Amino acid sequence: MVVFGIRLPLFSSLLLWCLAWEVLGRAELVFLIPPFSAVLVALGGLVQTAKFAAAAQTTLVSFGLGMLLAIAAGVPLGLLMGRVAAADRLLGMWVNLFVSAPLTALVPVIMILFGLGQATIVVTVFLFAVWIIVLDTRAGVAHISGSLVEMGRSFGARPWQLYGKIILWAALPEILAGLRLGLIRGVKGVVIGQLLVSVIGFGELFELYSRNFLMEEFWALTILLFAFAMVVSEAVGLIEKRIEYYAGVRQ
Amino acid sequence: MQALREEIPPSAAAGPAIVELRGVSKVYDGRVEALRAVDLAFPEGALTTLLGPSGCGKTTLLKIIAGLLEPSAGEVFVQGARVTGPGAERAFVFQDFALLPWATVLRNVAFGLELRGTARAAREETARHYIAQVGLSGFEDSYPHELSGGMRQRVGLARALAVDAHVLLMDEPFSAVDEQTRRKFQEDLLRLRELEKKTFIFVTHSIEEAVYVSDRIVLLSRRPGRVSQVVVPEIARDAAPDEIRRDPHYLDTVEEIWRGLRQYVE
Repeated sequence: MVVFGIRLPLFSSLLLWCLAWEVLGRAELVFLIPPFSAVLVALGGLVQTAKFAAAAQTTLVSFGLGMLLAIAAGVPLGLLMGRVAAADRLLGMWVNLFVSAPLTALVPVIMILFGLGQATIVVTVFLFAVWIIVLDTRAGVAHISGSLVEMGRSFGARPWQLYGKIILWAALPEILAGLRLGLIRGVKGVVIGQLLVSVIGFGELFELYSRNFLMEEFWALTILLFAFAMVVSEAVGLIEKRIEYYAGVRQ
Repeated sequence: MQALREEIPPSAAAGPAIVELRGVSKVYDGRVEALRAVDLAFPEGALTTLLGPSGCGKTTLLKIIAGLLEPSAGEVFVQGARVTGPGAERAFVFQDFALLPWATVLRNVAFGLELRGTARAAREETARHYIAQVGLSGFEDSYPHELSGGMRQRVGLARALAVDAHVLLMDEPFSAVDEQTRRKFQEDLLRLRELEKKTFIFVTHSIEEAVYVSDRIVLLSRRPGRVSQVVVPEIARDAAPDEIRRDPHYLDTVEEIWRGLRQYVE
């Protein structure tokens, strides 16, 4: 962006929005919106509390576990659906249903099944993330050039070699795209799960802050979570870019 | 069927058969009949070409020999053993190269050996040897997308040579490269043949290419593919490439084959 002949760095528009927030907050029009500077101060204080550290740890652990499960289940399932037409017909409908379903509605059921604890959060993250990983992996595998697989077979590849050395790599760009979307959905899952369970992790903190009208802390936590989701997605995006060079030249 | 087999004239260059087809038929999805009762013998050490109009099932036939496709009826024998799938004594060169885009030339050429579990040092040494053989020295660390179509097919050829198979199956290997590269390729193929002493089974739709490189040419009829004729070009292989291309025998054979195939395209 260029203003008055001066080239402004990226994200400088963000400053403008922060300023608008600050002005709005100072005007004390809505008590829900405190000044941005107050939120920043609260953020500084928040990250130093033991409660935050504990919440962050629980959140990261359940997010990590849920994502690991989603990847461990999603990629093989996608491979299976991409390779075996019968599996695709059997499961395709359900995967497509779940990928677009409002899964939040299922969280209370999960809560009944898995209790008011971390297990529920892990399952929620898993359910939010796994379907898009399955779908993208399936799409990647289904579009592999047939001759690559024939090449593997003609040179005597065993099934595990065929998958490990050819199919998985050929579908990697789509698998990574699925992982990135899955991670973003997983972040949603961990937040929504914790909000609904509301006795552990950030969910507990959110509950605490909003019930006591601690808006500075509430917004500080929100900003942190948004930033976390962005960083996660950007990190996978970087890996995606690194292998993109061959995605474009696939035969 | 028996009669048909006896029609096949023994080739001057022919040794004992290394690949034998007995009554091979292929029907796709119970509807499309690609091949009907094909009986053929491929002599060891010779370059035999399967030639025919598009859709005559020549690639299907090659893939059946490779063990990539199962015949609907009939049997294939390689070195006396019945084919039930791909085997180490056969190597395939693909029309679209089928290179791993994420692997270097070196790894691609060594890939057949990698699948067999050959140790890294040994397989890379073999790969380097064949990369040099096909004239790609210096490109070991390049990726396929950095190479021209002709160079990519050289990688495919080196990969097939590296596994030291007895029979090389080549599916229209030069059809995706330009004409100049193609001619150079054909000459290199003849040179490699002398060097490697392998049996080549070659699929093409180019009559000139077939006559130029082959010891025997098997003409297939239009779908359902059957053996319609076997031609043995009597061409002195020791002559220079452009002399061969002007040799009256060469031109006569091209003409003879064209007359044989003409009925299928009219």
